[in-house]
Parts: sequence; structure tokens; C-alpha cells
Amino acid sequence: MEFFDTLIVVLQSTIRVSVPLILAALAGLYSERAGIFDIGLEGKMLAGAFAAGAVAGITQSAILGLGAAIAVSAALALVHAFACITQRGNQIVSGVAINFIAAGATVILGQAWFQQGGRTPALGEGAAFSRVTLPFAEDIAGVPLIGDIYSGLLSGHFLLTYLAFALVPFTWWVLHRTRFGLRLRAVGENPGAVDTAGISVVWLRYRAVICCGILCGIAGAYLSLAMTSGFVKGMSAGNGYIALAALIFAKWKPVNVMFACLLFGFLDAMAIRMQGNPLPLIGVVPVQFMQALPYILTVILLAGFIGKAVPPRAGGVPYIKER
Amino acid sequence: MSAGYGKLPAWVDFGLIPLINLIVAFLVAGLVVLAVGENPLRAAGLMVNGAFGYGEGVGFTLYYATNFIFTGLAVAVAFHCGLFNIGGEGQAYVAGLGVALPCLWFDDLLPWYLLFPIAVLGTAFVGAAWALIPGWLQAKRGSHVVITTIMFNFIASSLMVYLLVDVLKPAGSMAPETRGFTEGGQLPKLDWLLAAVGFDIGSAPFNFSFLLALLMAFIVWVVIWRTRLGYEIRTMGHSPTAARYAGIRESRIIIITMLMSGALAGMMALNPIMGDQHRMQLDFVGGAGFVGIAVALMGRSHPVGIIPAAILFGMLYQGGAEISFEMPEISRDMIVIIQGLVILFAGALENMFRPAITTFFATLSGARASASASASE
Amino acid sequence: MNEIAIELKGIDKSFGPVRANKDINLSVRKGTIHGIIGENGAGKSTLMSILYGFYQADRGDIFISGAKTNIKDPRAAIAAGIGMVHQHFMLVENFTVLENVMLGAEDGQILNSSIAKARAELKRLEREYGLEVNPDALIEELPVGIQQRVEILKALFRGADILILDEPTGVLTPAEADHLFRILRQLKDQGKTVILITHKLREIMAITDEVSVMRRGEMVATRQTSATSVEELAELMVGRRVLLQVKKGPTNPGEVLLEVDNLTVHDSRGVAMVKNVSFTVRAGEIVGVAGVAGNGQSELLEAIAGIRKLETGRILLKGEPLTGVGVADPAGLRKRGLAHVPEDRHHMGLVLKFEESENSILGYHDDPLYVNGAFLNIEGIRKDAAEKVEKYDIRPPNVRLKTANFSGGNQQKIVLAREMERDPSVLIIGQPTRGVDVGAIEFIHRRIIEMRDAGKAVLLVSVELDEIRSLADRVLVMFDGRVVGERDPGTSEGELGLLMAGVTQAREAAE
Repeated sequence: MEFFDTLIVVLQSTIRVSVPLILAALAGLYSERAGIFDIGLEGKMLAGAFAAGAVAGITQSAILGLGAAIAVSAALALVHAFACITQRGNQIVSGVAINFIAAGATVILGQAWFQQGGRTPALGEGAAFSRVTLPFAEDIAGVPLIGDIYSGLLSGHFLLTYLAFALVPFTWWVLHRTRFGLRLRAVGENPGAVDTAGISVVWLRYRAVICCGILCGIAGAYLSLAMTSGFVKGMSAGNGYIALAALIFAKWKPVNVMFACLLFGFLDAMAIRMQGNPLPLIGVVPVQFMQALPYILTVILLAGFIGKAVPPRAGGVPYIKER
Repeated sequence: MSAGYGKLPAWVDFGLIPLINLIVAFLVAGLVVLAVGENPLRAAGLMVNGAFGYGEGVGFTLYYATNFIFTGLAVAVAFHCGLFNIGGEGQAYVAGLGVALPCLWFDDLLPWYLLFPIAVLGTAFVGAAWALIPGWLQAKRGSHVVITTIMFNFIASSLMVYLLVDVLKPAGSMAPETRGFTEGGQLPKLDWLLAAVGFDIGSAPFNFSFLLALLMAFIVWVVIWRTRLGYEIRTMGHSPTAARYAGIRESRIIIITMLMSGALAGMMALNPIMGDQHRMQLDFVGGAGFVGIAVALMGRSHPVGIIPAAILFGMLYQGGAEISFEMPEISRDMIVIIQGLVILFAGALENMFRPAITTFFATLSGARASASASASE
Repeated sequence: MNEIAIELKGIDKSFGPVRANKDINLSVRKGTIHGIIGENGAGKSTLMSILYGFYQADRGDIFISGAKTNIKDPRAAIAAGIGMVHQHFMLVENFTVLENVMLGAEDGQILNSSIAKARAELKRLEREYGLEVNPDALIEELPVGIQQRVEILKALFRGADILILDEPTGVLTPAEADHLFRILRQLKDQGKTVILITHKLREIMAITDEVSVMRRGEMVATRQTSATSVEELAELMVGRRVLLQVKKGPTNPGEVLLEVDNLTVHDSRGVAMVKNVSFTVRAGEIVGVAGVAGNGQSELLEAIAGIRKLETGRILLKGEPLTGVGVADPAGLRKRGLAHVPEDRHHMGLVLKFEESENSILGYHDDPLYVNGAFLNIEGIRKDAAEKVEKYDIRPPNVRLKTANFSGGNQQKIVLAREMERDPSVLIIGQPTRGVDVGAIEFIHRRIIEMRDAGKAVLLVSVELDEIRSLADRVLVMFDGRVVGERDPGTSEGELGLLMAGVTQAREAAE
């Protein structure tokens, strides 16, 4: 029973740390399936977290904070879009730039506006997201197994958590069951086909990148308004890159993205849990190894040793009409 | 081909356009300074003064610049082959082992001038080894080097934390760092160099590895522009089809280039470890690997451009620290913004002003040029 | 019946200094198959791209069914009832047929109803035109012929009344091509208008009602197909050009230096582009390979140069085989005396961002003349380059200038100087005068003859027929990856033109 309780706790924290990964990886999915590589997920998430923390701190409204996160992150996405789509610049270089701008600006502006060493003001009641208790969770909490899973594991998360998981099937549905999704997938594979079908490649890709910005913003708001209370400098802490790894690991597919993020989140949760505790048969596994595992797994995947990660065919290449 | 390329005078291409991009980046940075309620001009004055106004400042500026010359060269060498090595940070971090271990082993036995060559080879070897896997995966399996080097940065970070916390930390110590090196593991300062021009570097850690950085800049220039290998690298970078036509083996060149890039990034570890702290600390690279991207883009991947670009960023680092005394709103993170803006405007948006400039020069030489062009058709 | 479907008036289009379409007038009658024929680079594809809204004409008007129409993008073209089957298919390879057909012509934001409708519509089109295809198949798993069918279905699905096909048979087997023609006839019977762009005379004769001929950006003639002949069209296509006469003595062929034996080569898509080709080139002779671009000449050249791998067969250089099937070593071949002037100097023969002197050693950069150990001998390289610049009259005579800043003719001379001055035994040359000004052409031709007279074996590939005729001692004609005939360079242009168009019974027809 003790093992089971531990498992529930680990799974709970898995869900908690997976949410920003899922949101950011889905964000990257919209952009990259449309042919625009984005290594700027980290920066957009960080900027979103800052905007959310700042606005919620001032207005004491979580919703306004969320809105600010989305607006700021989308603005950075537009910079990326302008550089990559309109100016046909290098997508990697642009992404790197955005990461730095966000990393620096959140600290400078945070310090200037709030003078709390890069923190945003404390959040009062209502300024942070609160947890949602699922219906009947309290009633069946005592029921063995089902109660533990339903009340202990599934209930009591933030609304954004449920939103993140709901976005997984939603994204699948958008990609495969809507006009926008069909065109988005097409433009990432063969922009020529989209262009000759009478659709604007530029506008389509802009929309995809804006979607990416919105989701990164939500991921950021989760960091500063749900996972913790307020913004701390550098709080995205590489989550954007893990999300990127998860996206590749998931071969750019929404449902796989969720599982990849849960796997990476689980590794993270285990790493914290196991600190110093030996595993049966293996002995003590260094925490750092667990932390590096997502990246190691992604490299192995990229090397083609477990399946093959084929990126969208037109990814990374600016679209120029053939002469 | 887009119209207008290669039609501008060289000084516009290599001088004016990069300069305009740089100015725009700094103008935007100035707006950020304004946004936090400070005067950008005063900030710029403070920065220049803090970086060059007195001996110690100059010493610090050049100390930082040393890091950026190494990492800038690393990124530039890869650029010449058409590769984007984002992994300089991780390569330098792991390469810390290449200097720290020899120092820990031999600092009591050898004088610095014997230990230094070992450390140089050590850092170059470890840095190259850390770049080898991404390079090999790119050459043989087509895995994109950008993604793999990002992954390797994180793997490097975890590895080094593990080593510093669990392996290299002396028993009984709390700080995640190696023991301090004795005299053999300490590079001499270059105080005499600045004293020659009348500066007293005070406590600034400006040290011997700066000379190594200059030597490497020269060697990179020689390798890229004066050797057969460099010729093959540049051919690959400009035109893979021409390289195939010329019988240049693609995967070999990719791997060699990544090895060189990793070795250069690795040598950066010498400066803080053997030149300044005389121990290996957690996170000693401190983002220098990423600054290398901005430096390489700004210096147009040429050593002659990279050295001033590195000094500029050294100035930003040192001057930025000075500003924060006078203007508490502006911390060193301002540099990170500037770095991002430089990468954005000198890199991703490098051609934004080109059409306007091309038009300007076309109208300037208007009738004459069009007359001669139509005559030659 | 004789209504006009499309009328173009005074269409003009330039790309930089190149005038791709000059004052084009064309009318296509409704319910006919109208052929547009011309050599490569005659401006056919540009004209059709203007009609499809891919490019904007600089001048001129387009009338669809008599109404002046402004086609500013493909969307407008589709709305005007124009559909296009591109030479390189515009399909999303990992999409199903159904998804490709729907793309851009969906019914609403949510696909469910579109899918059902598209499925039904595909069924109907299949019934009506015999365009059979499994709607759920992935494009990448379909043979090329079926992929093309999907392109046609895409156009019909969008309600196209006018269908443009750009070189549709280039990628098809003969059986697939026959099937395509049956489909096109059926479309015509249903009242659709078809515009067929091709360089193959036989196709024109077989299927079109009317044919327009383009030459060097101009529309030179329109004929009723039934009232014209292959000979007339070939002549209109090629034109009566003044043959640039190059002085050359009689040939005195020596031993065989290059032998190609039963060679098959694939392109990057895995399509066989050179099929069982065999020939020899002797010392002191120029063998010309004539043919319309895209019939396997490029792949042939690249295979001999060691850049493209051989599927079957072998190539012998001075009696010794190239290293073997599938192994490529351009550097080793150079050392054995093979020089290669590639067709595409911009992407292959030169690195445009290099200085002139740097390009003058490309491929020979490990020669002791240019290197001391690992180091480049910059002095030696520049001196050597300067000598070549003088000998070949390359202007401006500045070996430090970036190659992109030289004119086409001078760029080509840089390549020629590099390859010819190495005293090779075998010289293979692709398109020696493409994009080269008239003054340089004569110089280049003279140099090629000099190489022959110096006892080199020269293989010359060119799409310029008069160039082949004036330089070559023997002419091989390539069509569809095969050598379809060997002729004397004195053979009439008409006859060679027919061979190039794949009409092999030319002799009998002429007799």
C-alpha cells in the first residue's frame, strides 16, 4: 500500500510537471508542422510567464495575467514569423535570438518595475489559478483504488492542467478534421502544393506561428500562476527545450507528444523522488542521469536507432516561388 | 537568385550593412533602457567608461573577450561549412575536465608553462570529443546538428553537475567545485601587456589565455583561408553540389569541421578555470558559448571581425557590470538582451535593409549603371 | 463549338534582363486540345505560369471566354476555371489522394462534410472520365502515372473547364502516356479545353487539334494539326538559324579513350534517366550528344564524371574501368585525365562566392602545383590563375574578384580554362555556351576544336543543335534516356529535330 501511495504521489507530480511541456510541445507542433522550426519555445514560455506574473501581480486577476501571457508570447511569435516568413531569415538563428531577448528582458523589466530581484509581486487570492475539485471527488475519496486514482490523482488539478490534456485530442482534431489543419500539414510538407491550390502560404504560416505563440503563452502562465505563485527569473528552466525534444521524440504527432511529455515528466518526478534512494537491482542512479535522460533518448531517436524521426519535409526552408 | 545580391560594392556588403544592423540592434536596446526609465546615452557612456576608462576595467573587458574569441571562432568555423553549432556552451563545459584534471593531477609537479600545453590539448580534445557525436550523426545519419548540439548542451550540464557534486568535490566541502589549484595550475596575468600602454589591471583576471585566443584566431584564419582543408570546408559551406563535383567527401569534412569547432569551444574553459578561478566551478561557462553565436554573426565569421566583436561583447559584460552600480535597474542581463538583438538583426534579419540600400545605391549610380548594363547585354 | 476559351493579347514578361515572353498572342478554341510546342527555354512554361497566376505579365491582357480577366494569383485562375497539371507534381506526398484533392477546395472549416462530398465527387469523376484511383491511397505509394491522374482530378474537382498540362509525358512510361491521351480525349469529348505543353512532336501530331509553336520567347506560328506536318513543325521550332561556322579541319580519330557500355543511371527520385546507353569517344574527335533537355544527357555526363552512381553497365577511361559500379570518385577521375565542364556552372562548376583564383583550382585543389603539404600555395594559385585569365581573355582580369561579379561568358571561361589547361585525355562538356554572350561563344568553340586537334577525346552535350552540328564529328541523339540514332553532323536540321522529338522513322518518312 505504501508503494501505491508513493506511485500516486509520483504520478501526481508527473502530471504537474508535464503540463507546461505538453502545452509548449503542442505549440511547437503547430509551427513545425507548418514548416517553421522553432527553437524559441523556451523564450516565448518565459516571456509569457513573466507577463502573466506581472499583470496578475498588478491586477490581482489570473485571467488578465493569462491574457497578457498570450499577448506577449504571440508578439514574440510574430517577430519569429516576420524574420522567417517575410524576411526568409534563418529559423534557427531567429529562435536563438528570441530566447535571449526573453531571458534578458524578463529580468531587466522585472527588476525595473517591481524591484524584487526579478520576482513579480506576490499573488493574492484570485490572482493565481486555483485547483479544481472534480465532482464527487470528495465522496469517493475513501473508496480503495478508484478513490485514490480519481480523487487523489485525477482530481484537484488546475483548470489549465485539464485544458492542456484536452488540447491533445483537440489538436489532433484540428490537424486531421479541419480545413486549417489540412492546409497546415500540407504547407509543412509541400508549400508549392498549397500555393498552386490558391492558398496563401505566407498567411497560413503566420497563423500557425501565432497558434504556437498562444500556446507558449498559456504554458508560461501555467508556470507563474499555477505551478508556482509569481514569476521567478529564468523559471522556464529548459522546459522549452525539453518540450522541443519531446516534440521530436513524438515524431510531431499530438497524441505521441502527450505520452512523450508524460514520460519526460515522469523521469523528472522520479529524479526528485529518488534523490539518493537506491533503485532495486540498479543501485543509486544519479539524479543528473535522470535529468539528462530525455535528451539522451531524443539523440538516440534522432540517430535512427529507435524508429526514425522524419521532420516535416519543408521544415526550415523559406518558401520561394520557383522560377 | 534574388535580384541585388552581389551587386553592391564590397564595403557596403561587409561594412555598411552589418554596421546598420548593429546600430539598429543597439537602438532597440536603447529603447529597453528607456523603458526602464534610464537615459540610454548616459548608460552607453557609463558602459564605455566602465569598460575602457581605467586599467582594471580594460583588464576585465579583455578577460571576457578572451572567452568570446574562443566561442566565436568555434561557431564561425562551423558556419564556414554550413553547420550551426549551438553546442559551444556544452563543449566548453565538458572541456573544463580537459584543464581541471591535468591541473588537479600535476599542479604540484609541473610549472604552469608545462601544464598549460597539456591543458590546451586536454580542452581541445574533450571539446572536440563532445562535438564529435553530433558531427558524426549529421554526417552519417543526417540528424540535424542544431538539435543534437542543443541536446548535448543539456547532457553536458547534467554530466558536469554530477561530476562536480559527486566526484570532483573535495570531501567535506559544500561548494560544488574542485579544490583550488596550486601555482602550477595558475596562468600568469598579462598585467605587463597593459602596463606597456599605461594601464594597471589591478585585480582583473586578464591572463595568458588571451594570447592563446589571438593565436587561435590566427590559426583559424590560416586553416580556413590558407589550407586545402579550409578550401574544402568553404566549398562545402557555399555549395554542396560544387563540393561533390570537386570530389570533396562530405561526411569527412562535416566531422572534421565539428571537431575543430568543438576544440575551439573547449579551449574557452582555460580562461576561467586556469586563468581566473584556479578551480573548476559549477556553470563556469556562463553563457559564453551562446555569446559566440552573436560574436560570429557580428564578425561575419572572419577572425578579423570576431576579435573586435568579442571585445565589444567583453565591453558589454564589463561595462554592464559597471552600469549596475550607477543604474541599479540595469543588470548584466541587459547584455543578454543586446546579445539577442544582435543575433536577430545581424543574423535572422540580416537582409532586411538590403533592398532599401540596394535601391539607394542603384539610384545613386542610376542612369550611368543602367546605360552600361544595357550596353553589355 | 468555335467559341474562344482563352485569348492572350500582347503578353510580355521579363526576368531581369531576360525577356522570356515577347508580345505573345494566342487563342484557344473551346473544346479542343491545343498544343504548345517549342524547345526548352522557348518560354512555354513562363506563358502558362502567367495564365495560372503564378507570375504577373509585365504587359498584355488575358480573356477567358471573351471576358477580360485579371489573374493575379492561382486562386483567381482556379476561379476562372483554369486547372494546371505541373511538370513537377504539386502533391503532398504523405497525404491521401482524397486529402490532396480537397486541399484548397474544402467546403467549410470542418472537414467531415467535405470528405463525404469529395468522395462522392471522385466517384462521379471516375465514372465520367475513367479516372480510376483509390481515394485512400497515400500519394508516395502510388506510381507516377497515377499521381498525375490525381493532379488531373484535382483540377476537375475544382471545376476546371480549361486544363493545362506542362510536359505531362516526361515522367510517364509509353503505356501510361497512352492512357493519359485517352483521358485527354475523353475530357475533350466532355467539352473541356486542354492545353498541352510539350516538346515532343509525336504527341502533338497524335492528339492535338491545333498547335502553336514558340521559339525564343515568341509565338511564331499556329497551325491546324491536320494541316501541318512533323517536318514543318520541327523547322518552325528550331528556326532557320544562321549556322555559326567554325573553321575546323578533318578529324583524325585515334584510339578509344572513353567507352560507355550498356549504362543505366537513375535520377535522385530513382527514375531511370539513362537507359542502356553505349558509345565510344576516340582521341582527336568530338562526339556531340544532341537532344532536348531532360532526356538523360545531364545524368549521362554526371555518371561519366563520377558524381552519379551507375545502376548497370560500365565506363572505361583509357581502357580501364571507372572504379566500379556504384562507386563515385570525381577526384580520382581527374587524376586519371578526365576533365569535366558541367552543365550548371552556377551550382556545380563554380562557387559563386569564391574569388576567381579560388575557382580556378576547384577539383584540382590537391595538386602539388597549388598546395605545399596541407597549405594552399596562394602565390602559385594566383599566378596560375592570372596566366589563365590572360590566355582565355577573362574580363575583368582580376583574380581576386568574386566570381559572381563576372558575366556569364567570363564565368564559363573560368571553368573552361581550369578544365582544359590541365592537359586531360578526355574532356566532357555540358552546355558550353549556355547563357554566354556571342563574343565568347566563338572563342569557346575555337578552344573546343583546338582540344580535339590536340588529340583529346571530347564528349559534347548541348541542347543547341547548331552548336552540335558545327562542332561535332559524330552526333548521337538522345531521347527518353536512350541513344536513338547516330548521324553525321551534316545531317539536316529537320532530320535531327525529328530524332530529338522521338520520331525514329524519320528516314522512311523522308524517303
